[in-house]
Amino acid sequence: MLLLGFLYSGAQGYQPGGKATDFELTNVDGNTVSLGSMSDAKGYIVVFTCNSCPYSVAYEDRIIALHNQYAPKGYPVVAINSNDSLVQVRDSFSAMKQRAIEKQFGFPYLLDTDQKYANIYGATRTPHVFVLNRENNDLVVKYIGAIDNNFEFPDSATEHYVSEAVEALLSGKEIITNATKAIGCSIKRKKQ
Amino acid sequence: MSTMKTNLLFAAILLSVLQFCLPVNSRAQTNEVATIGFDDFLPLLSKTNDTLYVINFWATWCAPCVEELPHFEVANKHYKNRKLKILLVSLDFKGAKDSRLLPFLQKHDIQCEVLHLYEPDANQWISRVDSTWTGAIPATLFYRNTQRLFTEGSLTSQSLNQYINSFLNP
Repeated sequence: MLLLGFLYSGAQGYQPGGKATDFELTNVDGNTVSLGSMSDAKGYIVVFTCNSCPYSVAYEDRIIALHNQYAPKGYPVVAINSNDSLVQVRDSFSAMKQRAIEKQFGFPYLLDTDQKYANIYGATRTPHVFVLNRENNDLVVKYIGAIDNNFEFPDSATEHYVSEAVEALLSGKEIITNATKAIGCSIKRKKQ
Repeated sequence: MSTMKTNLLFAAILLSVLQFCLPVNSRAQTNEVATIGFDDFLPLLSKTNDTLYVINFWATWCAPCVEELPHFEVANKHYKNRKLKILLVSLDFKGAKDSRLLPFLQKHDIQCEVLHLYEPDANQWISRVDSTWTGAIPATLFYRNTQRLFTEGSLTSQSLNQYINSFLNP
């Protein structure tokens, strides 16, 4: 049992149906962003991602497409990089700024220093998506997991989990798949 | 100046000759790394014999995975007379097998057995490896018969040996 003690447990964090916490994090434009500050949103597609992970890179255009499709309908993307830049220099704040400019991100790309919100949300890999819905004064977790079921070949994906979840929210239907697992890069935690 | 040129030319010739003279990589399996789907992989997770299987999930793009590979290589040599089998399961992209995975194995002279698991619909199989696995790599499964231990995250050489010894020398 002692051996298990020093392993990071991925079991912590949110489950579908639970309530999510808001945050105040620095955006690549230097401003502080919180979910509450985007007051006309019905909910959010929170994506823990980064610059350096090949899975994040493979999904980058799909993340942009999700924002373009769903921000006008009330569900914008909010991207968060939780990687420690001492562990992965390509995920430094200046590298984030550069990537956001290169790819013309239309959504916030926030720095989560010390993996605070990755830990609270239970994000373990990149990309790791949390679809949140505003319900009264709460942020309710409606979906946790992958964007779709083919990381390498988008056209071969047969399940589009995030789109399906947001579409269900928009039409007031039940979300059929509310949690999925995917291979991804581990979030690079600060070395003790 | 012309002496320098001659020297450079000589060095270049020497280098190219040396390349031919170097022994062919002892690891003949680099060209034999099988790419399999999950259905073919699954039986490897439940063998019933006395061997301890150490199955490491990694990829060439995963920095912490690459960092811990030498520990598996050392363990592979260290426990070669014990009933221990290390299997490195690469989750590299399909398009990266020839361009990255095989050259990587060659370059680092990886001696552990390597498999390339390619099954994009990961939600269908991650939990069948272990219910607690979130899908982040590196991740390692240790099992012998029905005794199992799954770890998500990096292993040090010390922790790897501790886990192995918890099976071999309980």
